[in-house]
Amino acid sequence: MSNSSLTSLIYDARLRGYVFQFLILALIVFGVWSLVDNTVTNLAERGKTVGFGFLTANAGFQISDTLGTWAMDYSVGESTYLDVYFIGIINTFLVAILGIVGATFLGFTIGIMRLSRNFIIRSFATVYIELLRNLPLLLQLFFWYFAVLRALPSKREKIDIIPDFISVNITGLYLPAPVVESGFIYSVIALGVALVMTFIMKRWAEKRQLETGQRFPVFWAACGVLLLLPLAIFAMTGSPLEWTFPEFKTDGPMLRRGFQSGTGMVLVPEMMAVWLALTLYTAAFIAEIVRAGILAINKGQTEASYSIGLKPGLTLRLVIIPQALRVIIPPLTSQYLNLTKNSSLAVAIAYPELVSVFAGTALNQVGKEIEMIFMMMMVYLTFSLATAAFMNWFNARVKLIER
Amino acid sequence: MAKTPTAKTPEFVRTEEAPLLPPPATEAGITGWLWHNIFESMADFHSPLAAVRSLFMILFSLILVYVFGTQIYGLLDFAIFSAVFSDPDGVKRQACWTVQQGGSLPDGWHAACWPFVVAKQKFALFGPFPSEELWRVYLALFAGAAGLAWVMIERLPFRRQAGLLMLTVYPLATFILLTGGNIEVAMTQIAIWFVFGLALISIGRLGNAGRLGTVLNEFAGSFAGAGWLVVAFSTVAAIAAFDFNLEPVDTGDWGGLLITLVVAVTGIVASLPLGIILALGRRSDMPVISVLCTIFIEFWRGVPLITVLFMASVMLPLFLPAGVNFDNLLRALIGVMLFSAAYMAEVVRGGLQAIDKGQYEGADAVGLSYWQKMRLIILPQALTHVIPGIVNTFIGLFKDTTLVSIVGIFDLLGAGQSAIADAAWSTPVQAITMYLYVGIIFFVFCFGMSRYSIYMENKLSKSRRH
Repeated sequence: MSNSSLTSLIYDARLRGYVFQFLILALIVFGVWSLVDNTVTNLAERGKTVGFGFLTANAGFQISDTLGTWAMDYSVGESTYLDVYFIGIINTFLVAILGIVGATFLGFTIGIMRLSRNFIIRSFATVYIELLRNLPLLLQLFFWYFAVLRALPSKREKIDIIPDFISVNITGLYLPAPVVESGFIYSVIALGVALVMTFIMKRWAEKRQLETGQRFPVFWAACGVLLLLPLAIFAMTGSPLEWTFPEFKTDGPMLRRGFQSGTGMVLVPEMMAVWLALTLYTAAFIAEIVRAGILAINKGQTEASYSIGLKPGLTLRLVIIPQALRVIIPPLTSQYLNLTKNSSLAVAIAYPELVSVFAGTALNQVGKEIEMIFMMMMVYLTFSLATAAFMNWFNARVKLIER
Repeated sequence: MAKTPTAKTPEFVRTEEAPLLPPPATEAGITGWLWHNIFESMADFHSPLAAVRSLFMILFSLILVYVFGTQIYGLLDFAIFSAVFSDPDGVKRQACWTVQQGGSLPDGWHAACWPFVVAKQKFALFGPFPSEELWRVYLALFAGAAGLAWVMIERLPFRRQAGLLMLTVYPLATFILLTGGNIEVAMTQIAIWFVFGLALISIGRLGNAGRLGTVLNEFAGSFAGAGWLVVAFSTVAAIAAFDFNLEPVDTGDWGGLLITLVVAVTGIVASLPLGIILALGRRSDMPVISVLCTIFIEFWRGVPLITVLFMASVMLPLFLPAGVNFDNLLRALIGVMLFSAAYMAEVVRGGLQAIDKGQYEGADAVGLSYWQKMRLIILPQALTHVIPGIVNTFIGLFKDTTLVSIVGIFDLLGAGQSAIADAAWSTPVQAITMYLYVGIIFFVFCFGMSRYSIYMENKLSKSRRH
């Protein structure tokens, strides 16, 4: 009798599951414990301690001038390692956001070109995609940085892209810099108010259309509000925004010639190389996504909307694009995520982003491997998980409700 | 006499057959193709809007033709027409210098300096691998290429067996060829494990025969499986520890394309089984397993490969017990393996989700156990389904191996990059020539694989059509 109850216990799928899960959990706990134990022993052997106290220590190394150093007001020997961490994060996201904007524009253009009925346009897009997709990003980054941007004229010369406004040489791309004066904040507030008004207007227009069937030109009205309101406030407060232009000296002492520091805005060549490489590389992937998304829409959708009398423009706007976006956005988001993660390659050319400046230079100085790598990974993980959460929300929102 | 109306055929009715006309010029042949693919989109001037569109198309096409033409000509000119191909006098960098720089080429010359690549070729492909031992690398590469071709060409017989050999014997043989084998493991230790494995197998057999009572009987399969695993591992260890009288080569002496291939192939081969287990785990009914697998997968997918490599090279030594030390390459390999396993798991999970629910239910209904169901019914279908996805992951991994150069391992790009630093060949075109060479190699590999992936995709979608 006891034997048969034992047998029935063995064949109990639920009990088996519990035992198996318990065993795996025990194994994992044991593994983690032994890792921690090893680490503690190893750290003690090397005379190291664990703790985040180093974050308040002063960082004594130079970081090239970027948005991060400007925003954190970095100065050698005075700023802390925590500042360095934030500089890394800011620079990572700066290049990621610029890359996302560039790659989206270029990717949509190339993707639509790939579908063109014109052979020249189509094959140009195909060659672009196949070439850029099949070469390692790091190689492209090296190419832009070491082969192209190094070939720019020296420090004492320049190439004008728009004379007196935008010019470039080996030290970077020089642009006019905005100087904010007091009172500019009102224009920013006005922009915020305009955004809220647009949102309310859209709600109201939708409601009115549902009730009365009358459409309201939301797009044009929104453009008007968003442009005119801040501009009016800007003019009323006396145009509190000045531009300083990069100053270029061609005479005077030899060593003083070239662009004067502190005038205008400079984008360092490292950043341009990273931005170019990320944009061009990711655009190839986005182009393929866009093409697949548009091809995924059944031809019958276009024909059906023509047959109920919609014009081509409206068909595109109300029927094709909303459905194509449903297909495009999920992989597009993961490309944005890839781009952000790929920006870590900038460590190879010493653009001061998170990996380079925090897990590279700062880690070499402080030697807190565990804490610093943990902090660095947390940034990427947080961003990834936030994106994943957004994706889930979006997918749930646009999911086809099948009846 | 009045004619009957029916007697005369009306003028408009044809009496002889119409001649067969060729299709209009706009529909067939070269002109038709040109019309439909190029000129039709820019020939509509019926309304102002259409005219603007046509003009835009003409302009845009012209710009693209110009850009395309100049770029392709520029590339050909750089790589072939104006390039320096030989350095007969052995003057190295001066062979690629212009008059202004002290050489003999015309000023403004800007083209590839191939003698530089030729001089660095061995280094770019194999790194500092000892030249007299290179036959081992050639043998391993040749065997790999032949085996892969055998598995991929569908007309050849014994493809399944060849694939099995490629996954079992080939990695071991390559390991011995490349490192020299003779790893330091005591033979007695291996022998003890071997006997232990045999004992486990015997328990399994006895259990199967019903000699050990119901309880052990039930777990006979697990015992036998574990036994075979232990036996297989100790056999592999014994072979790897055997002295084949080959000169040992340190992994620090590997480099170039060899490293790229080793990292990519090891990463993908090791990540496949790991990825399958993770994917099954994530879809498991057991909450602990599925949560653990999900955390593992999302963690590795959420961080860039660079940080993984940093972690592997900086933190791994801290995690290991004192006395155990991995060499640099192995650390990077572990990082790459875990990273790609997470991506592979998601690919495999896609395949598992695509399998019809009826397949799972059918397998349950005929009384298969979980592992039998997966091994015999689900995985064969799921894996075939995701072959294109696996190839694409492999392409991504192949490109990503370049990142190991950041943690100080000289793969193809890293070796090229360090060759560029050689002052003996210092010219303004040095970097760009090397990048062109490295780029061509990467492109050939990646483009070839992506074609194969597309071919498989078409083939699979055809075979799925009923």
